[in-house]
Amino acid sequence: MTFIPISPGERDAMLATIGVGSLDDLFEAVPASHRFPKLDLPPALSEMEAASQLADIAASNENVREHLISFLGAGAYHHYIPAAVDHILRRGEFYTAYTPYQPEISQGTLQAIFEYQSLMAALTGMEVSNASHYDGATAAAEAVSLAYAQFRGKRRRVVLSPAVHPQYRAVIRTYVRGMGLDLVGDDPQADLEGGPDSLVAAIDDQTMLAVVQYPDFFGRIYDWTDFIEAAHGKGALVCIVANPTALVMLKSPGDMGADVVVGEAQPFGIPLWYGGPYLGYFTTKKSYVHKMAGRLVGETVDSRGQRAYVLTLTAREQHIKRERATSNICTNQGLLALASAVYMSVLGKAGLREVADLCYQKAHYAATELSKIKGYGLCFTDPFFHEFALCCPKPVSDINAHLLEHGILGGYDLGQDYPGLKDHMLIAVTEMTSKDDIDALTAVLSEAPHG
Amino acid sequence: MNAPGHLKYTKTDEWFDPATGTMGLSDYAQSQLSDIVFVELLVEPGEQIAAGKAIVSVESVKASAEVFAAAAGKVLEVNKALSDKPETLNSDPYGAGWMVKVEAGQAGDVMDAAAYVKYCEERAH
Repeated sequence: MTFIPISPGERDAMLATIGVGSLDDLFEAVPASHRFPKLDLPPALSEMEAASQLADIAASNENVREHLISFLGAGAYHHYIPAAVDHILRRGEFYTAYTPYQPEISQGTLQAIFEYQSLMAALTGMEVSNASHYDGATAAAEAVSLAYAQFRGKRRRVVLSPAVHPQYRAVIRTYVRGMGLDLVGDDPQADLEGGPDSLVAAIDDQTMLAVVQYPDFFGRIYDWTDFIEAAHGKGALVCIVANPTALVMLKSPGDMGADVVVGEAQPFGIPLWYGGPYLGYFTTKKSYVHKMAGRLVGETVDSRGQRAYVLTLTAREQHIKRERATSNICTNQGLLALASAVYMSVLGKAGLREVADLCYQKAHYAATELSKIKGYGLCFTDPFFHEFALCCPKPVSDINAHLLEHGILGGYDLGQDYPGLKDHMLIAVTEMTSKDDIDALTAVLSEAPHG
Repeated sequence: MNAPGHLKYTKTDEWFDPATGTMGLSDYAQSQLSDIVFVELLVEPGEQIAAGKAIVSVESVKASAEVFAAAAGKVLEVNKALSDKPETLNSDPYGAGWMVKVEAGQAGDVMDAAAYVKYCEERAH
């Protein structure tokens, strides 16, 4: 943060130079009602007193690391983060959120981003990854921008699966406002049971992009291969929003033929952090790279023939291409992309696979146990990864209030977004959820009076 | 700089060959853009284009530009090979680097080679 000190002497000298008597005189042109109000603040505390007071306030926060057993996911997941991630992240050489413009002084950061891109491309089965976006929702909206640019506005229909994260769909709608696009497929009465087959009919020869999620918002896993083939048959592109942890064990979207694969990389080395900052990843095929938004780091050789990294294909970005650029965002989440790259590197292929397996197995144990409780049951029968929708005998908000009294953070209330799923809870389980945690949830729900 | 005498030129650095109906980007423009790495054709055969319409979008390592039609007419052919070999625009802007060919092209606001060379020299100062 920039702090520019100014002494009373300097201030008076400046006022005298411009011929104004006092600071109040300087701001006289601003109507009194629009001036910053006088603040009625108590006397300043010393640093020691302030630190102690803030620590007291902070102590009243409850968090999943110390106090709560959590079954809340819905797009943000509680995973273990190896200590090495934070250690590397906090090194002064890396400690900036910005993409470096000067390759001659930024080889470390550029290489880290290049590694991140390589790992994401390998994970999704795609050919190219950008240096990241603000979050998963932004990345999904940027996929729409890519498709719009690819068809140069000649196609204007976007098919949105109703099982894409509701907040991602909201961000997409905000993004495309005023672009005259036709967003279809996710009205509140949409069929949530049909999977890919129920969505494919919405794709016509005016469709530029279909956006689906894998596993979907309800945790369900579908093979999108046939859907993508059908979309391509109509000339449309397909974007898959995918959970990176799930991709470790599932067939890759690249293998299914996806054109763009995006998502939230928070599960890879980034804490829950009360909702952000998070990390949007964006991968695509090489043929669409010129329509891709965001920064891109490439590998090259310097004048001495040594391996070197630089920002590349920058002419597609808005500071050069101006209004003809795909997007007006080119900032990335440099620091968090680094966190993800370190997370993937430290865990390695086998470690990541173990995390995914634990998530899957524990979630299935939880589903089995919870569905045995009288009044509760699984909402869908499709295969799922580490999240599932649970039908409940009463309002989710009542259940969650009761669970909180037992130190349990309950699942996401699906009724908020899907009127048809009133009294349905989305339960998330990760490797951090122990068998005891699951048994505790089962016990509390079993005991709760069903009135 | 190279500006063949049989071609006509625009102030936005496109060339047009009245004899064949082909058009493209001038040698001066390619040298200003430096290494061209991406070419996107914005029109298709059969399309009726007006002079001044954006027909091609190019990106170099440091800049991005649109190429405008130097003449109006019905598009007969577009040079699809440019997409795979954008560097052709640097090496052969008046030959293999042609962009669009129109039928019975009506030149827009164009000048002859001598005037264009003078125009470029003035801009260089």
